[in-house]
Amino acid sequence: MSLTNPTRKFGRGVAVVGAGMSKFGAFPGKNSRDLFVEAFQEMLASVDKGLDPRDIEALYIGNYSSDLFENQGHTAPIMADWVALTPRPAVRIEDACASGGAALRQGAIAVASGLYDMVLVGGIEKMTDLPTERVTDTLATAADMVYEIPAGFTFPGFYAAMATAYMAQYGAPADVFLQVGYKNHEHGALNDKAQFGQRISDIMEARKKSAAKKGQPIPTWANEMEFLHDNRANPMIAWPMRLYDCSPISDGAAAVLLVSETIARRFTDDPLYIIGSGQASDSALHDRSTFTAIPSAQKAAQIAYEMAGVAPADIGVVEVHDCFTIAEIIASEDLGFFAPGEGWKAAQQGVTARSGARPINTSGGLKSKGHPVGASGVGQVIEIWKQLRGQAGVRQIEGNPRLGLTHNVGGTGQTCVVHIFERR
Amino acid sequence: MADNLFSGTAFYQALAEHKLMGTRCKQCGAVHLPPRPICPKCLSSEVEWMEFSGKGKLAAFTVIYIAPTAMIAAGYGRNNPYIAGIVQLDEGPSISAQILGFDATQPQNIPLGAPLTAAFVERGEGEARKTFLAFSA
Repeated sequence: MSLTNPTRKFGRGVAVVGAGMSKFGAFPGKNSRDLFVEAFQEMLASVDKGLDPRDIEALYIGNYSSDLFENQGHTAPIMADWVALTPRPAVRIEDACASGGAALRQGAIAVASGLYDMVLVGGIEKMTDLPTERVTDTLATAADMVYEIPAGFTFPGFYAAMATAYMAQYGAPADVFLQVGYKNHEHGALNDKAQFGQRISDIMEARKKSAAKKGQPIPTWANEMEFLHDNRANPMIAWPMRLYDCSPISDGAAAVLLVSETIARRFTDDPLYIIGSGQASDSALHDRSTFTAIPSAQKAAQIAYEMAGVAPADIGVVEVHDCFTIAEIIASEDLGFFAPGEGWKAAQQGVTARSGARPINTSGGLKSKGHPVGASGVGQVIEIWKQLRGQAGVRQIEGNPRLGLTHNVGGTGQTCVVHIFERR
Repeated sequence: MADNLFSGTAFYQALAEHKLMGTRCKQCGAVHLPPRPICPKCLSSEVEWMEFSGKGKLAAFTVIYIAPTAMIAAGYGRNNPYIAGIVQLDEGPSISAQILGFDATQPQNIPLGAPLTAAFVERGEGEARKTFLAFSA
């Protein structure tokens, strides 16, 4: 499609030299600016050789809907102000749940263009002030309000419909989705920033203790899968997606510092280079040729892989957009890690667990780490930053990975953004 | 259709008359539902209204227990789940709609590919009254 640039390339190299995030969770009394300040301060502390924040030239802030969640529009200048960076230009980027990934891409393009040497990319969302049904309504505006939402669809519903299509086409059992949620809770239990720092077994124990304390009958789940099949413990949200198939409603912020490649080593001896960046758009779900893949993810991945000159097998660390468990399975196929229809088998066999051959979502993913929607795409970068630099602590994967990938979906795939990072 | 504004407003006005209206491209013949002012296949703006038969088959579905406020107002929710789905029309295009005529509490018995016919559901009172697209088994 490009007139002059068949393999899309940045005008110059871009590096990540700092990354930080707030804890993700439900934080009454903290709004998005408070969370952004936390992420910014952790980002500053992460710059190995130090940073004068006054060298930051512009801000790109991913945010889905501060308007509806917080009754606050025009949020980007507020973020600039609260980290003392006015009068630098600050722009909000909105692509639904891919807002963070899209902001990262716009920040990278700004540095790659030569206009700026250093930009701050942020992601913010404050969701928990609204009651659940109004959060559901707010998220629904990321779909087509004229032709999709009047059908009664919700976001869990859209992904559940993809799940029924996937099960019918590939023979996947509904059980496999529960296994993805179980796995991501195992991962998130090792992440002190995660909203659910608990394994499913920890949650079961807590429920039993709570029942005993209240003098109620103590549940007798034999194992995690029995708990996950219990309609009371794990109620149906949109068949076959249950509560533990869905990412939570979350507050959180993340921040990443981008500089031109030429100055990266002034800030750290261990920068990450953004070697691939792809983004694509698509129609409403019903207008697509398939419901068992996300074409915008396939396209964004293709662009990113071509730009980076690498293949799926080269990638060591992966954070994918598991807003629902079916989404992680589809992502693992769209990104080329497994053939179409094979992703569910890999999930079932433990291949995508931290100890498996193709670990996915070592942070806990959106499911366990939390999904403050506009922050999620930037939050993914923090995990890649830690894993590639060997700073992921107890959840560090083995093998000294050199390449990392982030996959950030907006809506049901009306947007997808894919980035590839390299440690040299 | 009197005017040539291929809009959502026009789509829902036709739906209120129990007509399912999309567009046909005069250049390449591609048909689209919902209506589109520009043909995604050949990019022509030479499109015309076309009435769809309302016959199709179930392509994907879910049973929704946690409903949005509009469906809660219509009486749905945890204790009265409903089916939302995507229907592929006989003419080719697919559209989102509420699915009627199946037991929502037995989703494993709802077959993909089941033949469906367009139904028209009225909801809301007074000025807010509106016709919604559904499909019935």
